[in-house]
Amino acid sequence: MSEPLLEARHLKRHFHLTGAWGKGPLLKAVDGVNFTLYEGETLGLVGESGCGKSTLARVILALLPPSQGEVWFAGENIFRLSSQRLKKLRRKMQIIFQDPYSSLNPRMTVGRILEEPYLIHGMGSRSERRNWTEELLTEVGLSAEHLDRYPHEFSGGQRQRIGIARALALRPRLIVADEPVSALDVSIQAQILNLLSQLQSKHHLTYLFISHDLSVISQVCTRVAVMYLGKIVNLAPRKVFDTGRLHPYTEALLKAVPLPDPERPFTPPALKGDPPSPVHVPEGCPFHPRCPEAQLPLCRDAVPEFRETAPDHWVSCHFR
Amino acid sequence: MKKREFWGRFRRNKMAMAGLVLVLGMFAVSLAAPWLAPYDPSHIDLKAVLMPPSPEHPLGTDPLGRDVLSRIIYGAQVSLKVGFVAVGLATLIGLIIGAIAGFYGGWVDFWLMRLVDLMLCFPSFFLILAVIAILEPSIWNIMVVIGLTSWMGVARLVRAEFLSLREREFVIAARALGASDVRLMMRHMLPNALAPVMVSATLGVAGAILTESALSFLGLGVQPPTPSWGNILTAGKDNIEIAWWLSLFPGLAILITVMSYNLLGEGIREAVDPRLKE
Repeated sequence: MSEPLLEARHLKRHFHLTGAWGKGPLLKAVDGVNFTLYEGETLGLVGESGCGKSTLARVILALLPPSQGEVWFAGENIFRLSSQRLKKLRRKMQIIFQDPYSSLNPRMTVGRILEEPYLIHGMGSRSERRNWTEELLTEVGLSAEHLDRYPHEFSGGQRQRIGIARALALRPRLIVADEPVSALDVSIQAQILNLLSQLQSKHHLTYLFISHDLSVISQVCTRVAVMYLGKIVNLAPRKVFDTGRLHPYTEALLKAVPLPDPERPFTPPALKGDPPSPVHVPEGCPFHPRCPEAQLPLCRDAVPEFRETAPDHWVSCHFR
Repeated sequence: MKKREFWGRFRRNKMAMAGLVLVLGMFAVSLAAPWLAPYDPSHIDLKAVLMPPSPEHPLGTDPLGRDVLSRIIYGAQVSLKVGFVAVGLATLIGLIIGAIAGFYGGWVDFWLMRLVDLMLCFPSFFLILAVIAILEPSIWNIMVVIGLTSWMGVARLVRAEFLSLREREFVIAARALGASDVRLMMRHMLPNALAPVMVSATLGVAGAILTESALSFLGLGVQPPTPSWGNILTAGKDNIEIAWWLSLFPGLAILITVMSYNLLGEGIREAVDPRLKE
């Protein structure tokens, strides 16, 4: 495998909920996450809503301070940088959002939106910037005539392309895509996924691809991390997902992927209930109350270690 | 962008259009005062004291024989000046305090909002009265004091907008690009927070004009001989049994002006957010 680009170590992000009288309970959105992103790969991050995926994305981009832990990007601890160094580093890591309707400033033209990254970093003359923004638009499949329009004049898919163009503007090495296709129609999803993989090979990009949809993840990712209640419980190359002995939670998620086959017999959902609130994380293995294979008292009392059970395949389960 | 849509909705609202026309009319009158007014507003004519409305003096004269129509026309200048300068100052202070509180949150927000609560605890009219009684009553003092005591509503509005805008994805995207705090606030958040501020500023002009009239009526505002609607009313109060026109016409001027700013403000509010119409 190639060089590590980003490394998260023991990363935690807790929130104090505010109660009526001062500080309320502690919400552990990200609770001890370790992973490495290698140059040029696409790491998928899956999990149910509320498991801390988006919080993790924001922490590793230094958009939220961590409660604990470190993130190393290209050899630098990003939480230890001066604000000027951090500003420089931001050119190398960008983000794409889920909702193409709230990710673009409604009061700026597309030209202004795409020019802004260059203005922030004091790059280029006015005409150079104009050229760059035109290039960006063609690169994502739009054209220069769109520069003077406002975001509300575009469709969801087009707006997502504009968001991608903005993320590309500073020629980053890492792009965190936070559910980039979840808000789009299936036909448009495929177009955007194709665009993302074209851009990846053209610019040698590294993606952290967040989704709750395993079928999307399996299309684009080289490795997959599964997150449950603020922790990564399973991390494996995508190939292993077809064959290997996975975490029971991952197996349940895979069974829940809908297949377009009306003849297939109905299978009852593998998991019962909703994930517990991240404010009251269960003792022991956090998954044990919903796990079909849980054995008491072991799973209730002992936190399973996050172990490498096969080459590159990490699981936290007592029975794998 | 949405300007056409805004204007389309605004135009269909007849009351709001009436407000807009009246407000623009008042602008025109105060700018054209030297040409519109039939007499010099300070010209004393002791041979024509307390004359009822007549062809020479369409709205009558006051106890010093000054033409009431001319004084009301010049009084519009004072009201407009006070309205805009006081509200401009209040809006500026409110924007800055609200933006800082909403953007930074935490203890900055907490203490700035306690300052707002503190300011709101004072009955502001009596605060203004006390301050004006200490300082000398002049139009500039009035404008500044009204401005300094009426920014709290704007601060709360802007804070609330900023708190929600701070979490919007386009703001986070700009932060991820490395935008400075000032840039985030000025370029991304402020333009998206201005609609409610405009509504509140328009309504605030009405309030400021009313406050100025009340102060001038009590003799603590604009000092004679400078005409203001409030101090014309003072003369009206002393002669209300024999000279009704001295109370009625400046009173109407205040009523119509305040009402038209309120209609305009409500019209903008409804055009900005049609859901509020019901």
